[in-house]
Amino acid sequence: MAKTREKRPTSFYFLAAFFALFVLFLYGPMLTIFILSFQGENGGLTFPMNGFSAHWFGNLFEQQAVGDFGGSFLRSLKLGLIVMLVTVLVSFMAGLAFRKRFKGDSVIFYLAIASLIVPSILISLGIGLLFNIVSWQPQWFTSALGAHLTWTFPFGLLIMFAVFNRFDPSYEEAARDLGASSWQTIWHIVLPMVAPSLIGVAMFSFTLSYDEFARTLMTAGALNTLPLEIYGMTTNVTTPVLYALGTVTTGFSFVVIAIALGSVLILRHRKGQKA
Amino acid sequence: MSKRSSYFLISPMALIFAIFLVVPLLTIIVVSFWDYDEYRILPDFIFENYKYLLGSSVTWQIYLNTFKYAALTWGFTLLIGFTVAYFLAFHVRSLTWQIVLFMLCTIPFWTSNIIRMISWIPFLGRNGLLNSALMGLGIVDEPLEFLLFSDFAVVLADVHLYTLFMVVPIFNSMMRIDRSLIEAARDAGASGFETLRHVIVPLSKPGIAIGSIFVITVVMGDFITVRLMSGGQSASVGLQISNEIGLLQYPAAAASAVVLLVTVLLIVTALLRMVDIRKEL
Repeated sequence: MAKTREKRPTSFYFLAAFFALFVLFLYGPMLTIFILSFQGENGGLTFPMNGFSAHWFGNLFEQQAVGDFGGSFLRSLKLGLIVMLVTVLVSFMAGLAFRKRFKGDSVIFYLAIASLIVPSILISLGIGLLFNIVSWQPQWFTSALGAHLTWTFPFGLLIMFAVFNRFDPSYEEAARDLGASSWQTIWHIVLPMVAPSLIGVAMFSFTLSYDEFARTLMTAGALNTLPLEIYGMTTNVTTPVLYALGTVTTGFSFVVIAIALGSVLILRHRKGQKA
Repeated sequence: MSKRSSYFLISPMALIFAIFLVVPLLTIIVVSFWDYDEYRILPDFIFENYKYLLGSSVTWQIYLNTFKYAALTWGFTLLIGFTVAYFLAFHVRSLTWQIVLFMLCTIPFWTSNIIRMISWIPFLGRNGLLNSALMGLGIVDEPLEFLLFSDFAVVLADVHLYTLFMVVPIFNSMMRIDRSLIEAARDAGASGFETLRHVIVPLSKPGIAIGSIFVITVVMGDFITVRLMSGGQSASVGLQISNEIGLLQYPAAAASAVVLLVTVLLIVTALLRMVDIRKEL
């Protein structure tokens, strides 16, 4: 494409303004609660700020005040990590399988699409009923884990499709010609090449699970996950501690993204050094 | 790789879908014909749950309300999503800037949906920022009550939460449009608007269809946004199911769930006629 700098059309400025408004729309409310979470001790849920303090953050960690924030956070964290590992492994395997046609491949594909579009509350209800009928106790690491996987697998699979559709098989052929076994080919050639996308799958599945509410509703059993805890708080807590919780969890999400992006950059850097 | 290894590689995914998707959905269908009392669900084969559900005018009201939310959210997310994607794909010239601006849109997606919903409260509330501003400017004398705990709030929160689901697939479709087609349209004398209408919109259709499937199915099954943002004053199908679950009326909830599932599948089938998703990946 020629690199001549044309004059920008008038429509550019309208669209740019529209985009700016959209970004404001996305961030504005979040900024508000971020500011309000530093509300003074006697402040309420809305402006004006009644002083400035970290009181509500302290309040967050007193267990009796707002329920089991620490416990539910740890459970969500553990669940998210398990979901992440399982999703990465299983999607990678499925991605490899789908490079060849096999009997029933379209059944699995449409199951994944169905899994994506069936309303989450139905998954929750179905698994809850199933466990109820066979008299199993729902637990966050059994029924909720399964429920979350039905949500993360489709995303993992679709990302793997996108990756393998653009994958050049001649590298594998070269490896095979040099005498590599299929395990060695996958381990030394395929895996390093798709690693950044696998980190994408990991990041996606962790955050999807960490934030999943509807699919956890009937499947978590006796102990809450963090979204269930937050939901409980929205219905019975009327202090800025709610906003403090929002700020803390959002901050945590940002740390997770930073770690994921950081590892992608490190992988890229290493690859660059090797080449 | 042999066929056997394909089956080995796909089996974990197939197994999880079988146990946690297929069997539970079949369970819902079976239980929707069961009977129940205050304490238990009773295996049976009755049509009472469906008769009661479909014979009640409340159900039709709730469906109408849910369709209203879905249609409004769909319309707004499509308009905003298309415009944002169009700006990013055709007006932002460097790839770096495209990525930066795109990331800017995705960041809020990484925080909890419930937190994003409640973040509207200090803005829309009776003493919220918007009302204070409007009163301060003398535009209204009394706080506007319809802003929070209303249908308006529900649709606003839905648009806030789900516009990204439109931006991503439409942007993806637009990035695949061969730029020479647009030049050709311009050379043939098409105005910007004509190019948009006759070239870009038709070629973005797959993205529009995928985004629409996402937004509509999510809103059709939603109950949290409706409960939190309408302050319990409106209902949706999802909320009805969640209330029945709360009352332990599982067979009734199951019947509602089956009807919702059929509705969603019909909508998706209609939308899929527009696009072959497997080709889009």
